[in-house]
Formats: sequence, C-alpha cells, structure tokens
Amino acid sequence: MLSAIGASTLEDLFSHLPAEVRLNRPLAIAAGKSEYEIVDYFRARGELCANGFASFLGAGVYHHYRPVLVDTVVSRGEFLTSYTPYQAEIAQGTLTTIFEFQTMICQLTGMEVANASMYDGSTAVPEAAMMAMRVTGRDRILVSRTVHPEYREVLLTYAQHQGMPVAEFGYVSESGTLDTADLESKINKETAAVIIQSPNFFGIVENVKQAAEIAHKHGALLIFVFAEAVSLGLLEPPRDADIVAGELQSFAISPVYGGPFAGIIATKEKYMRQIPGRLVGETKDTRGNRAFCLTLATREQHIRREKATSNICTNQALIALMATVFMTVYGKEGLRELAQQNLAKAHYLSGKLQMRFSGPFFNEFVVSTGNRTADQINQTLLKRQIIGGLSLDRYYPELKNTMLLCATEMSRREKLDAVAGVFAQ
Amino acid sequence: MIKKVRQHINQNEPLLFENSSPGKGGYQLPPLDVPAVDAASALGAANTRSEIEGFPEVSEVEAIRHFTRLSTQNYAIDLGLYPLGSCTMKYNPRVNEQVARIEGLAWAHPYQPESLSQGILEVMGTLETILAEITGMDAITLQPAAGAHGEFTGILMIRALLESQGNPRKKLLIPDSAHGTNPATATMAGYQVENIKSNQRGMVDVESLARAVDEDVAALMITNPNTLGVFEENITRIAEIMHAKGAQVYMDGANMNALVGVARPGDFGIDVMHLNLHKTFSTPHGGGGPGSGPVAVKQHLIPFLPKPRLERADNRWTWNYDRPQSVGRVRAFYGNIGMHVRALAYIMAHGGDGLRNATLDAVLNANYIRALIQPYYDLPHQAPTMHECVFSDERQTKRGVHTGDIAKRLIDYGFHPYTVSFPLIVHGAMMIEPTETESKAELDLFVDALISIAAEIDTNPELVLKAPHHTRTSRVDEVTAARKPIVRWKPTP
Repeated sequence: MLSAIGASTLEDLFSHLPAEVRLNRPLAIAAGKSEYEIVDYFRARGELCANGFASFLGAGVYHHYRPVLVDTVVSRGEFLTSYTPYQAEIAQGTLTTIFEFQTMICQLTGMEVANASMYDGSTAVPEAAMMAMRVTGRDRILVSRTVHPEYREVLLTYAQHQGMPVAEFGYVSESGTLDTADLESKINKETAAVIIQSPNFFGIVENVKQAAEIAHKHGALLIFVFAEAVSLGLLEPPRDADIVAGELQSFAISPVYGGPFAGIIATKEKYMRQIPGRLVGETKDTRGNRAFCLTLATREQHIRREKATSNICTNQALIALMATVFMTVYGKEGLRELAQQNLAKAHYLSGKLQMRFSGPFFNEFVVSTGNRTADQINQTLLKRQIIGGLSLDRYYPELKNTMLLCATEMSRREKLDAVAGVFAQ
Repeated sequence: MIKKVRQHINQNEPLLFENSSPGKGGYQLPPLDVPAVDAASALGAANTRSEIEGFPEVSEVEAIRHFTRLSTQNYAIDLGLYPLGSCTMKYNPRVNEQVARIEGLAWAHPYQPESLSQGILEVMGTLETILAEITGMDAITLQPAAGAHGEFTGILMIRALLESQGNPRKKLLIPDSAHGTNPATATMAGYQVENIKSNQRGMVDVESLARAVDEDVAALMITNPNTLGVFEENITRIAEIMHAKGAQVYMDGANMNALVGVARPGDFGIDVMHLNLHKTFSTPHGGGGPGSGPVAVKQHLIPFLPKPRLERADNRWTWNYDRPQSVGRVRAFYGNIGMHVRALAYIMAHGGDGLRNATLDAVLNANYIRALIQPYYDLPHQAPTMHECVFSDERQTKRGVHTGDIAKRLIDYGFHPYTVSFPLIVHGAMMIEPTETESKAELDLFVDALISIAAEIDTNPELVLKAPHHTRTSRVDEVTAARKPIVRWKPTP
C-alpha cells in the first residue's frame, strides 16, 4: 500500500505536519486489553452500583420492563451500524421504522406531525420554545414551575443569548397543579408560548384544555411537555396543545444513569416547516413503488447553515427504534394495560402514605415525610435494599420534608408494603 | 465488473398499521398484585382516553419479522466499507454493546445515591482523564449529547469567558469549508457569522484571517484536519493571531480520527473543542444517533463548564453543583452515559499504542484510495491527505454525470456512497473517508468500482445516470416528498 502511495514508511504520511504540533511521546494510556479483561472491568464497575436494589425513583427517569424483542431488534447490525439514511435506496429499513415512529408519536399525542427524534426531553423543550418564537414572531416564554426543574435549567441555558426571556409561573400549593391566576397575571401580547408538563414534576395531571384556552386567548402557543410516556396509554392526548415536546425513556430505554434517551417534538401540520430535526416522508421510487426518504431538509443546518431552525444534526435514531419496537410489542391494548398497572401500583402505595397534594396523579406522587426528612427515610430504606424517592427541597425550597415517589409495573407489592412500613415507623 | 454483490430474494413488508388485526399484541404483563384502580375516577373522566386510535396490533412473531425484514433493506458497516467523509464510519466492536448493558450500569438511575453510583462515576471520570490526555486539553465535560450540542456548549463557554472580561463581542469567524452545524451553532449562541475563504491549497488563508480579526470577533471555529482532509499547517500561527486580538479558537473535532496519538489540539493553540464519540471512538451511529459530544477546554475556561461537575474528593466520586460561573446545564442529568461506557471500552481495547496505530492506518487507507483513484477523477486540492480525501466530478460532468449519480452507481457495486456535494467549496464533491478498519481487499474492491464507473461514464453514461439498478428500491423521488410532504401514515378513508 505504501509503494502505491509513494511513501516508504507510515510516518512519511505525517511528515508535512509542522514539528511543533507533533506529539513526540506515546499517549499515557495503558496498553490494550483483551475482551475478557474489558468485560470483567465493567462488570466490576456495575457491581459498585445499585445491583439488587428496588427503586422508587422517577422524576423523569422510570424503571419499566424492557421486552426482550427490543434489544433483539436494535442489536441487528443493519440498524446498529448504519448511518443517517441520506441514501434512501439502501436505507429503507431505517426510513420505514422512522416513518412508523413518527406515525405512532402522532397517534399517541394527538398531533399531526412528529419529527424523527431529539436528543432527549430536556433539549426538546427549548427547541419547542424556539419554534414557538418563529411561529408567533414573539419572544417571551412562560414556563410552569411544575415542569421538570432540569428541563427548565436547560431552557434557560438555551434561551440566554437568543433574545428569548423566560419567566416562570407558580403552582397551587394545595392541589399541586399549575396556578392559572398567576399564569393570567403574567401572560401578555409578547408571550410566544406557555410551557406546561403533564403529568407534571409532582406526578399530577394538569388541565391542558384550560391552559390552552389562556394561552390562545393571548395569541400564544401552548407547549405540552411529557416526561413519563407510559401515561399516554391512559391519559387524554394533549390535542389542545400546539407543540408537544416529550421524553420517551419510559419506552424500553434503559436508565443508564440519565442517557442516551430520545426526545420528540410533535405539532400541527400548519407548523411543519418550523419543526427542528429530521423528518421522514413518503414518496415513490422510479418504478412506482412506495419509498421513504428524509424530507424538508431546507429547514436543517447542512443546507441553511446560520439560518437553520436548529443546529441539531445527530439525533437518537437507534433509541427511537427501541421506542418503536416497544410501542409495537405492547400495541394498542398493551400500552393501556401497562398504564393501568402503573396507576394501580402508585395508588396502592399512596393510599398508605400522607399525600402532600390533592390533584389527580398517574404513577408518581408527593408525600409528606412528617417530622423526618426525606433523607432520613431514604437512609432507612437503603438498609432494606430499597432506593426511596426524591427529596424535593433541592428543587423546591418551600417543599421541606416531602418526597417524590414513583411506582411502576415493576414495583412488587411486598416492596410497596416495605416502603409503607418504613413511613409508618 | 461488479464483484462484491449479486442479488437475492428480499421480503416485502407492509407498514405495521397495515398489518394490524384487532386484539393482537406481543406483550405479557404479570397479574396485577394490588387492587385495580378505575382510571376515570382516579384521573377524571375528561382526562382519560378511550383508546390510542390507529396504534399497531401485531403478534410477537409478526413484530420480529417486521423489523428483521426491514433491517435487510439497510446497508451497514457490518456489510462493508461505508466511506462517508467526515462521518468516520468505523467498525463498532460488539463487546462495547455488551458492557453497556451490564445491569448495574444500564439500570443506574441518575438520582440514585452517589454511594451506589461509584462504578459508573468511575467510568465517566476515567474517560474524562483519557480524553484530556488524547486532546492535550485540561478538562472535559461529558454532558453534551452530540457534536453540534458540544459546539453549542463550547461557544457558550467562550461567550461566558468574554462576558466575564467585560465584552462578549459580536462575531464568529467560520471557514467556508466548515460543517453546517458551525454557523447554526453560532446563531444559537447569539453570534453573527463571518465566513473566511480558503486558499488554493484548501486551507484557511492566514492573511484574510488576520484582516478579519478585530475587537468584535469572539472566536474562530476551525475544523482540523479540515473537511478536505487537510491539516491546517498554519494552525499555530492562526491561534496566535486570534489570541493577540483577545479572541478564542474553537476546534470542531469531527476529524479527530486523523490525529489521535499523533498531534494534540491542546498543543497547537486550541482553547476549546468537541469530540464525537460516535466517530473517533466507535460508538455506533445507529441510523443517525445517539451520539455523544464531549467538550475539552484549557484551564482558563474551566470555571464556565456546564454543571454539575464530576469531582473526586476523599477517595470517592461526587457531583459539584456549586459552580457560579458555569454556563448552566445543556442537558438534563449528566450526558449520554451509555456512549461513554462504549467509548471507554474501545479505548481500553486499543490502549495508547493501538489508538495511535488506528490513526496511522486511517491515514494510510485514505492516501491509498487517493493514489489509486487520482488518475480517474479530479483532485482539486493537492495538499497532503490525512484521514479523508475529496475528489470532484469535474471530468464526469462533461458527460452529464454528477457526483450524486456516481454515488448511486456505487450502490450497484455493493458499496455505500461517499459523502456527496460536501464540502461546499469543492464543486461536485466526492468526499471519501475509509477509516482504519478496512482491509486492503475491501479498499481494492472499492477502488475497482470507482475506476469501473469512470469507464462506464465514458462509454454509457445513461447506465450511471439511472443507477441504482439492482436495489429493491430504485432512485427515490425526493422532490415530490418535499413538495407534498406525507410524514405519517393515515388509514385510507
């Protein structure tokens, strides 16, 4: 190969690099290891984590069973080791599954168009806000304090230099639902979008219709956020929203300490050209057969450069495929039954505890920890191989001695009883 | 002559929705061990849906056949060379997939106690240290989810640094050969873009750069090696020019596969850069993601890194949220950790010497292709090739055949095409990046295919213009797809 190139050593290929940029020593990285040693290393690291613990954490990341078919499908090299499907003739596998994904997200959310995925729910939120700015020509964003606190942080990071002022509105202390009076007092003719989450960070189902009416009365869009996708198996889809920004982690995506996950943005057909990220469309090939391809690329950075709808390029295709297989395996009846089980487990546990809020909830809820702190209760639970809930005062200083708990289909009754037992002590 | 492929039977497959029958499903749930709850009374009747209209209803075997049949309609690295320039489509080792699924790692909840997360935090901490060594930078954040997300993070940090000095400035300088994400990122960080022209050799023109830099310029976003696969030989001088005017140098690390173990951005004047773990460090592209875009910085930018920061104190790993100068969070939780696990496994398998050897082989393979193809296609820039080479279709356009057509004909020969029409500074670009994982035999087949196509263009251009001929899907009508977008399935009324 070297003689074909006209070089005598591999080093010759780098002789044009200026001397001052060359690294003249070996990298200080240990010598290569065998497959066995690598597996052994990571297995040992895994054992330093929470093996064998039951968990009642939710707060944006949920423990749901992952059907075996999911990894069977995404482990196929044809999906795993392919690139973004720019060459449609040899990428119909990926393109077809994305088209199905987009369709299922529409069916689930009541929207008319969904993109091929975003990085995650947290980054989908600012992308939705930026989209609302483009649609309305306005620049102010109002976000509910019941939206996931880390999603709100990401929104602020994105907004800071885009001329997009973000303000928050509160929640009703008794019910845990968004405070419509506070929203009414803050919304005005400059508001591009109102952002709400349901079930909200406290697990409570919001009145989407009412929030939409307030937003629309002032000419703003309603952005509906979801973090627990399984809830959509039972909950009315947010048809009154204009943009839906969500997180699909619940659909067979392992928690993996917070990622990779897959976000989505869905919207009404009239806003399709303002949606960020990749979109797959149906068309035909020259033989007249149905075919799919990436479409409306003129929104995207590789064509529009600084005028693009977003800088997003890589998305979460393989993770979206996990969600697609999950939705397929469960299907119409299964997702509903799964959601029913989550509802039942959460309500069984909550019935034994002192609830902080009165609003309706799905599989997460806030409880009072009485005269103990959440951390004290969690310490006791850890001794029983149980990871308890999230202490809320880190994000909501006014919610002292409260805990956000989550129960899913994976929470066994004896564990639910064990948690209740520690609270009752 | 087509040597690599011949046709075989390939199953047709309808959409899931067209294949559904009422009542079918592939799931099993254990019996409910607590009392059932009536949804309408718990959630409110108005909040409860009756069904998910149109959702699929197929059995388990129908589901697996569906996805398996569709998978056979994809090209993939596992089937052969995938020479997309700037995308670094290298082999994705399967051990990486296995270790990323180890229970304690895969099922770790981001809010579980740090005391029960030390294993995964060690993986992240170790990867940070190694990436700092590879890049010659002082600190790493693993939070960004992809390359473009890393760019955004890096530019936000530059902005925060300049703001702390009293003036965020207004513009970013971006060479005309840059990836489209660079200018799009600039806009999201509130900067205007000023394009810098490349010179005859395909490099940043130092004189025009020096003229363009003034007190309004916040930074230069440079890709090195650039998108022509050419190392910016004047990079040290370029960095000096920027720094003399109080501006920063951002490096798009998409092409880091040409440098690992050979040269380090931290040693040639770069202040902040991102890496693409899904390119250089072999995490799978998965049909378009997930990626991971760690950002590396020099000392002076550390205070501005996203929060929380992973730290080691009293012999244990911990998250530090007390970072008053941080640009904030760019993503919930801590990043695409599953990709960090895979990248570390890749690095461990190679070791320091193995990583450097991979770089040498990647550059060798690109130069080999360049040397063998050059007699048949136009090579507009003669500067030495690193990990990729960019040809143009100039000779072939005389016969009415363009880069996109040659790409489609390559499919008939059993290859995924190169990157088409990018970088924009080369008219009719054919951008080829073989990576180190290809054997000489595979490269020779690819070279033979391109030579054979060049001959076909001379004798029978129609053959190339109508390609591909042997795929189950022939050339796709992308114009109609964009003109009348159908982006979801609907039942026929």
